[in-house]
Amino acid sequence: METIIQGVLLGGLYGLFALGLSLMFGVMRLTNTAHGDFIILGSFSTLTLVGLGLSPWLAMLVTLPLAWLLGYALQRYVLNGTLGKDPLPSLVVTFGMSIVVQNLLLELFSADPRSIDTGGFSTQGIAFSPELSVGVLPVVILALALTVTAGLQWMFKSTALGRTFRAVSDDREIAELMGLNARKVYALATALAFVLVGMAGSLQGVRTTVSPADGPALLLFAFEAVIMGGMGSFWGTLAGAMLLGLTQQVGFRLDPGWGIWGGHLMFLFVLVLRPQGLFPKTRG
Amino acid sequence: MHTTPSSYTVVRGTRGSMALLAFAVLLVAFAASLPFWGESSWMREFVEIACYFIFAMMWNLMAGYGGMVSIGQQAFFGLGGYVMLSLGNFWGVNPFVAIVLGALVAGLISIPVSWVAFRLQGGYFAIGTWVIAEVARLSIANVSAVGGGSGTTLTALRGIEKATRESVTYWMALACVVASITLVYGFLRSKQGLALLAIRDNEVAARSQGIAVGRMKLAVYAVAAFGAGLAGALYFVGNLRISPDAAFSVNWSAFAIFMVVIGGIGRIEGPLVGALVFWAMNKFFSDYGTWYLIGLGLLAIVMTIYFKQGLWGFVQQRWGWTLFPTARRLHLK
Amino acid sequence: MAAVLQTQQLKAFYGDAQAIFGIDFELHAGELVAIIGANGAGKSTFLKCLTGLVKADGPSITWKGQAIGGMAPGHIVRQGLAMVPEGRRLFPSLSVEENLLMGACAQRKGPWSLQRLYQMFPILQEKRHAPGTSLSGGQQQMVALGRALMSNPEVLLCDELSLGLAPIVIREIYNAMPAITAEGMTVVIVEQDVSMARRVSQRLYCFQEGLVSLQGSSGDLTREQISQAYFGV
Repeated sequence: METIIQGVLLGGLYGLFALGLSLMFGVMRLTNTAHGDFIILGSFSTLTLVGLGLSPWLAMLVTLPLAWLLGYALQRYVLNGTLGKDPLPSLVVTFGMSIVVQNLLLELFSADPRSIDTGGFSTQGIAFSPELSVGVLPVVILALALTVTAGLQWMFKSTALGRTFRAVSDDREIAELMGLNARKVYALATALAFVLVGMAGSLQGVRTTVSPADGPALLLFAFEAVIMGGMGSFWGTLAGAMLLGLTQQVGFRLDPGWGIWGGHLMFLFVLVLRPQGLFPKTRG
Repeated sequence: MHTTPSSYTVVRGTRGSMALLAFAVLLVAFAASLPFWGESSWMREFVEIACYFIFAMMWNLMAGYGGMVSIGQQAFFGLGGYVMLSLGNFWGVNPFVAIVLGALVAGLISIPVSWVAFRLQGGYFAIGTWVIAEVARLSIANVSAVGGGSGTTLTALRGIEKATRESVTYWMALACVVASITLVYGFLRSKQGLALLAIRDNEVAARSQGIAVGRMKLAVYAVAAFGAGLAGALYFVGNLRISPDAAFSVNWSAFAIFMVVIGGIGRIEGPLVGALVFWAMNKFFSDYGTWYLIGLGLLAIVMTIYFKQGLWGFVQQRWGWTLFPTARRLHLK
Repeated sequence: MAAVLQTQQLKAFYGDAQAIFGIDFELHAGELVAIIGANGAGKSTFLKCLTGLVKADGPSITWKGQAIGGMAPGHIVRQGLAMVPEGRRLFPSLSVEENLLMGACAQRKGPWSLQRLYQMFPILQEKRHAPGTSLSGGQQQMVALGRALMSNPEVLLCDELSLGLAPIVIREIYNAMPAITAEGMTVVIVEQDVSMARRVSQRLYCFQEGLVSLQGSSGDLTREQISQAYFGV
């Protein structure tokens, strides 16, 4: 029972990892292989701000607009040039970014794992019963994940911005005919995705230790969540994240070396049996 | 405006390419004599470059000609290495023979793997192959017979004298390089190669022409896996020590990408140029550690955006040089 | 009367292939001009050049005297030039009403609004929340037309309104034309249906292999002249 709860809570965190990836792919078919590294960059950004004297929560809040700016600039001035039918340019460029970010962090912070000190908050628990106690932080993360997912879903469906994202993703040429500047729309989407990334990174840093080389593993988790959940749906991505979290926790329970491996196997399993994912939305 | 030419010929080789090819043959003969007069460190370096080059050329075949971009080829690289090691250590197979066997196993395993990998497309296919490589890494790390997570050594070559071992490894590497180039070149000049180009340009149109797209892609995937396995097995014969982290590291794919981006994608000569440039950069700059890697990353980004055709592509466009011509050109008279 | 839209020796390329070799074209306010021609004559390419979807040389297209060739489509639609694209091209992820609202992104003032469009095409109001692509061909064409009108253009370009539609549906759509032109909207239609084109337009151009092969008043041109120009015999 506790494993299941831990799995769901872990799924919440993975959901936050995955939503940004899902957003970027949904709007512009861009696969960001540096996604995980930017999450870690977010962690270190918050770490640095805490080091400068801010409280952890304020540091997290300051990281968000910084992430927005970085995402907007990267998309506008670098990634927009890589979009198109060929997946190679965006893959190589984001791969290059991954190397740059990882090594830059390594230079600035060394390979030592660090954590964001929240003065004991990260270990606080709520006791539901004598045997069952659940950490406050994971619950907060889950709540955030649910809120963000609902927010994204609402934004896409019911706001003008969401309509813009959907239109540009459907048919860039005709969207431009309507008066939209696709390059700016893409930049907005990435900016938003990076805010999520910054949030996820900060929370990861609070929850556990982070080090510069952690990025790729997080990318794979985010990716697995998106694929298992089904493309085109934010709730699907969250569901995929839950499945991954659950599988990993069950795996960890059976043997410490099997957690991540089990997650990968589950991913491959779902890919073979139901390649469109659990809750796909068919796009035109 | 329109004039009808009285006749035409279709030409493939150029006088320049013939000359370069003859030169290449002489170069190979010269290289084969290296163990008799050269230093052993040179031979070791060559083996390493050979592995980089073969891996990059196979990656290039998949991506540039097959339209499949993968960052998980290290799965077959490592598999080739581990199969070679197992055959050598446990069944007493001559490691040099085991190299080829390792490559064959890698090629065969790629077929069931493709049933999973081909479920995905584009950027997601790339990451999917990475996941598969991670599964391979974690699985092998759990097998204690080959040393689990910390790896093991190749014992089968223990009895052989060092100089002999190094020479034979070197010749093996040279043979592998020549064989892979011949294999890829022959493939691309054939009807299958033309079909590949058609698929890369427009998959739907190719299918409508009767080209079995699925089978072609599988063929390319399997050949690339064979090549990756070959490179891996060769690498660990040279290295003598294997571990899951070294064998299945995503850095292999990163290196392949850099070599191909710098050298030029979609061409045979590109990975060759790229491998040499990469080796040279490694020689001069790897002491700078992280800054070198940052520079590599930035270089790849800049070249992809501003210099898409790579170094050899630039040369080919500017001066029309082709060392391994595969395109047919129309000469109007 | 000065031309509101004019092209001079317009040339257009798709990569290395030239599609338009030098077209002179003039449009005056309030007119309905038709462009006819066989497939591949360059009609759609021409419209795409006007709206900025295909790159053209700066001065070769002028809008009220200003060179607009090669400008971004967004900029051109804000000037007041809108297009109903060939094949409808509705946004599949958007509902009928959302597709129409996309047309208003250019934020131009004018008489056209959702209400007015629903009055003109009541079926669209009925199906406003349905996905755009679930409608029949004719209804989709109404949505595409409405979407272009939502930007309150001064000049409306219609690329093959009748493509793939049954004759009775085509007539229904063209019956809406008077309501569109009544307030002075200038319209250019590219049409496969030559008799429809002659009937609704005041002037007509015939394109053939990227050049103008015939132009004149729709009433005056004879069938022989038109078929000669159409087929290039």
